[in-house]
Amino acid sequence: MLTIDRVGKTYANGVHALDRVSLNVEIGEIVAVVGGSGCGKSTLLRAISGLDTPTQGSVTLNRETILAPHEKIGMIFQEPRLLPWLTVAGNVGFGLNHVPKAERVRRVAEAIDRVGLTDKANVWPRELSGGQAQRVAIARALVTRPEVLLLDEPFSALDAFTRVDLQDHLLDLWADTKPTLIVVTHDVEEAIVLADRVVVMRPRPGRVLEDIVTNLPRPRDRQSAAFDFAKRRVMAALDRSLERIAEKKPAREPEKAGQATSHWW
Amino acid sequence: MSLALMTATAEPATATQPQRRRHLARLARPLLGLILPIGLALFWEIAVRMGLSNGRLVPPPSVIFNTFAELARSGDLQQHSLATMWRVFAGFACGVAAGTILGALAGYSALLLRVVDPTLQALRSIPSIAWVPLFILWFGIFEASKVILIAVGVFFPVYLGVMGAVVSVDRKIVEVGRVFRLSGFEMISRILLPAVLPAYVISLRAGLGLGWMFVVAAEFLGASTGLGFLLIDGQQLGKPAQIVAAIVAFAILGKLTDWLVVAVTNPLLRWEDSFGARQQEA
Repeated sequence: MLTIDRVGKTYANGVHALDRVSLNVEIGEIVAVVGGSGCGKSTLLRAISGLDTPTQGSVTLNRETILAPHEKIGMIFQEPRLLPWLTVAGNVGFGLNHVPKAERVRRVAEAIDRVGLTDKANVWPRELSGGQAQRVAIARALVTRPEVLLLDEPFSALDAFTRVDLQDHLLDLWADTKPTLIVVTHDVEEAIVLADRVVVMRPRPGRVLEDIVTNLPRPRDRQSAAFDFAKRRVMAALDRSLERIAEKKPAREPEKAGQATSHWW
Repeated sequence: MSLALMTATAEPATATQPQRRRHLARLARPLLGLILPIGLALFWEIAVRMGLSNGRLVPPPSVIFNTFAELARSGDLQQHSLATMWRVFAGFACGVAAGTILGALAGYSALLLRVVDPTLQALRSIPSIAWVPLFILWFGIFEASKVILIAVGVFFPVYLGVMGAVVSVDRKIVEVGRVFRLSGFEMISRILLPAVLPAYVISLRAGLGLGWMFVVAAEFLGASTGLGFLLIDGQQLGKPAQIVAAIVAFAILGKLTDWLVVAVTNPLLRWEDSFGARQQEA
């Protein structure tokens, strides 16, 4: 189980990005984290990944405190972040350097097959489209068989058609080994399609506003009434999360570099 | 039936012709660059032959060629070229080693950058020739002072190139390395080094160019061998053809060594997604 216990983060420049966020995530659960800009979604994810350490509270995975990147925690970023000097196969196998060569080759080939890029195994990343590159990133993260996979707005840079395709694809891959997924997104529909549970955050400082359990049956029908209802619930919660700021008239805080500048609406 | 036969026989002809033309074009492309120098040389040769100039101070190509051939036959050219090449090679190796190590460390560690960089930048602004008297006092007038002068010349572009490249490696790619828990050494060898390689090759070429520049300066200051000595010798004995022959030898060797650096590193840079790479593919 992944436990996030009263995690807070204040950056060196004084920006209070995250305030006592607590969350328990079961093994194999898919959790979506949504919220407007500057509500600390990415900060939270970076704290879970161990890339940044929280200034208060702790993140524990199976009772082990996460202070630095952990082998059982994988991460997919908003951009594919492929290494341009490695071929697709080289990129997918990047995290398998300690694995014996024969097994590495087999697992890499399997992962590339699984994301449908068999014929692209030996090309350079520059020859891939945006969607293909993000699939390679997914394969690279999954090939190490993480228990927890963190996704930071993974599909937000893709066109709508590719995005839907990759969401379905991600769910397929998830069904193989059922890792825990935590998806940060500003796309409510994406949150409902992927997640069993949607955490709505409130900005300045980032806090959990509502924890909505949807538990729709899979595969999910984007047209169904239940889907629509879940979507409305999350939208309503998001509206509430923003009302608070309108009342407070917040002092503008500079957005953390690396976070998306786009808004969820 | 006849139609099928016709297309069958016609096909190879139409397929090979554009292919052959493309092949020819590929061969001809480097030749384009030769038009200007050969044209100028021919023009001068004809001008001297027609008596428009006596060609004493600016010898025509045929005289230069003869001098060049003469120097090559007597073995002088090889001896002097080897002496010069050895100096450049030794100085280049020392300068590259020092520049790469210091540049990588200064780029990797912010502390070291703050400690080392201001001093190096200050030293860099000294014209390197200004070191010569001091080096001769310190290291004597023989090979050591020459090699060290060349090494100093090579060091700065390499140091600057490596340091700048390491500092500007994309944080996002470094984070990928952190997510996969690379050790410090792995981070350097698997992320930082490949990422700086394109910039590194450019700084190596700049360093090599400076190495060839400094070897002449070093050989002007009391050498009994080397192409630089041939230049001085030609000046003192009034043999412009020998000077030009030595200059031609410098040009050939400089271009050859630069090409060698490019040829050795090119296979390592095929992944580059750059304007230049695209042009070469086309």
